[in-house]
Amino acid sequence: MGKEVIKLEDIKRDFKVGSEVVHALRGVSFSIMEGEFVTIMGSSGSGKSTLLNTLGCLDTPTYGEYYLDGVAVRTMNKDQRATLRNRKIGFVFQNYTLLPKTTAIENVELPLLYNPKYSRKERYDMSVEALKAVGLGDRLEHKSNQMSGGQMQRVAIARALVNNPAVILADEATGNLDTRTSFEVLVLFQKLHSEGRTIIFVTHNPEIAMYSTRTITLKDGRVISDEYNGKILDAAQALASLPVEKE
Amino acid sequence: MNFANLFRIALKALSNNKFRGFLTMLGIIIGVGSVITMLAIGQGSKKSIQAEISEMGSNMIMISPGAERRGGVRMSRDDVQTLKVKDFEDIRDNCKYVTLVSPTVNASGQAVYGANNTPTSVYGVTQEYLDIRGYKVKDGDVFSDQDIHTSAKVCVVGQTVVDVLFPGGEEPVGKVIRFGSIPFRIVGVLESKGTNTMGQDQDDLMFVPYTTVMKRIQAVTYLQGITCSAISEEYTDQAIEEIGAILRENHKLKEGTEDDFNIRSQQELSSMMTSTSDMMSTLLAAVAAISLIVGGIGIMNIMYVSVTERTKEIGLRMSIGAKGRDILSQFLIEATLLSVAGGVIGVILGIVAAYVVKVLLSYPISISTGSIILSFVVCTVIGIFFGWYPARKASNLDPIEALRYE
Repeated sequence: MGKEVIKLEDIKRDFKVGSEVVHALRGVSFSIMEGEFVTIMGSSGSGKSTLLNTLGCLDTPTYGEYYLDGVAVRTMNKDQRATLRNRKIGFVFQNYTLLPKTTAIENVELPLLYNPKYSRKERYDMSVEALKAVGLGDRLEHKSNQMSGGQMQRVAIARALVNNPAVILADEATGNLDTRTSFEVLVLFQKLHSEGRTIIFVTHNPEIAMYSTRTITLKDGRVISDEYNGKILDAAQALASLPVEKE
Repeated sequence: MNFANLFRIALKALSNNKFRGFLTMLGIIIGVGSVITMLAIGQGSKKSIQAEISEMGSNMIMISPGAERRGGVRMSRDDVQTLKVKDFEDIRDNCKYVTLVSPTVNASGQAVYGANNTPTSVYGVTQEYLDIRGYKVKDGDVFSDQDIHTSAKVCVVGQTVVDVLFPGGEEPVGKVIRFGSIPFRIVGVLESKGTNTMGQDQDDLMFVPYTTVMKRIQAVTYLQGITCSAISEEYTDQAIEEIGAILRENHKLKEGTEDDFNIRSQQELSSMMTSTSDMMSTLLAAVAAISLIVGGIGIMNIMYVSVTERTKEIGLRMSIGAKGRDILSQFLIEATLLSVAGGVIGVILGIVAAYVVKVLLSYPISISTGSIILSFVVCTVIGIFFGWYPARKASNLDPIEALRYE
């Protein structure tokens, strides 16, 4: 067994809405090992988004401890968390969030720009490699408005990969895509997983769970089930079995 | 996050919105352009006044007799007899910061030649006086040392006097005119200098040896003044000090007593004259500065809109590791780039406009590097000042909410 990438200990998160206190998370504990592909499921209002923000170090829990790659996050300040996000986390969002009028390569090297360690040459080389890994090696100079949704999402995944993060956090990463493109993206995630990446995929779509190794289900701010997937489906097969689109 | 990267990011963001960027800069362009043009015109007129003054002799120093008390009564300046020929000789011989010296003893009266006559002034001087004041002899020559020594009845006349006394175009040199009852032989005619800034005719005069005025016209032993020139403008103050020391010693003034003479330099006159045009420049610059501030507010407005519009981008940047101060710097750099770029274009346009004014209206212009540097400094300050608030707003955004912003 690999090392623990993520460790949550009795995480609670309260929000004040007016005079009321909303308990978004009511004591969540689990660990995720290196190389797992975990789906976090839950309907809206289950605390899924809050958990994602916590895992992504965008938010800090009200109570409990969160260790990311062995580092305690709760006591960190804003700047420290920003640096942590830059080094350890790769985000993939539902709506791609690429910079407009900007080329694929410029979008991908963005996280590296915020790390003074990398030179211009290193940034370029790493970005090219990440784009190749998502199958866009021939589209380096394409601007974001010249790409399809699937391509944009793959650029976003490349951006999440480029800093070689401890964990990739995908938030409804297939939510905006049609079935075929969704499967293409899933194939990509499975490929990344097979290469040893740790992936957390947050979604409300139960279908996705069939392609991951583990599913954590949330309801009303608590974990109601945490199961390992005995029969992982192959996204590539599913993609091949889809009816071929008629031109 | 290093500065070069931030700079690149800001530049990229600006180039995504070129036309809007240009419109934003327009306020600064007009502001800086008008500052440069206005200052060029203001400085130009100041310089032309200074040039006129220095035509009168830029390093000229004038010594006049000053306050004197006799038994508690303060004497009128015309009655003060403290300046003597010895003072003049000592200044001429001993002052190392003074090159040219001339005593002045003036008289006014009627100059007569044949049936023509004119009221004019006679200046009793040495030859050096003409050099100090920048007079040149057109025909004939100046009187000689010998003429001064013998109090000769010779004169050099100005063009106005010649015009009145010799209306028929006669050759004046060698003719004898009368001043009062004394006949003077004309040895030279001055080149015309025209009127000075104060509207005084500088050609309505006669120069004669000072000894002649003292002995033959006024019958006095004192001088009305001494005019000299410092070796150069910068040494005026040293020259004044030196002259003061000599005069105090000659006049046997004890320490603590008031000077019985006045020393004024052309510099004082020049600063008096230029203060008016300085005030004009200040007013013009103030108007231009207001337009710069308006330009700055334009930048602030656009940056503010830009922050709201790019909330999602800011959220993304934060989620991938941008710190608050990275975002702050990025927007500050954008604002500063806008205003400095506007400044560069403004300076160029301002210089062009100044030359257009020079060519079309033939105003004197003078573009100083000082005003250009000042413009750049002001632009940078404006960019930072007016960019601060929007940039601050951007950097304080919550990444979670910014990412959800639609």
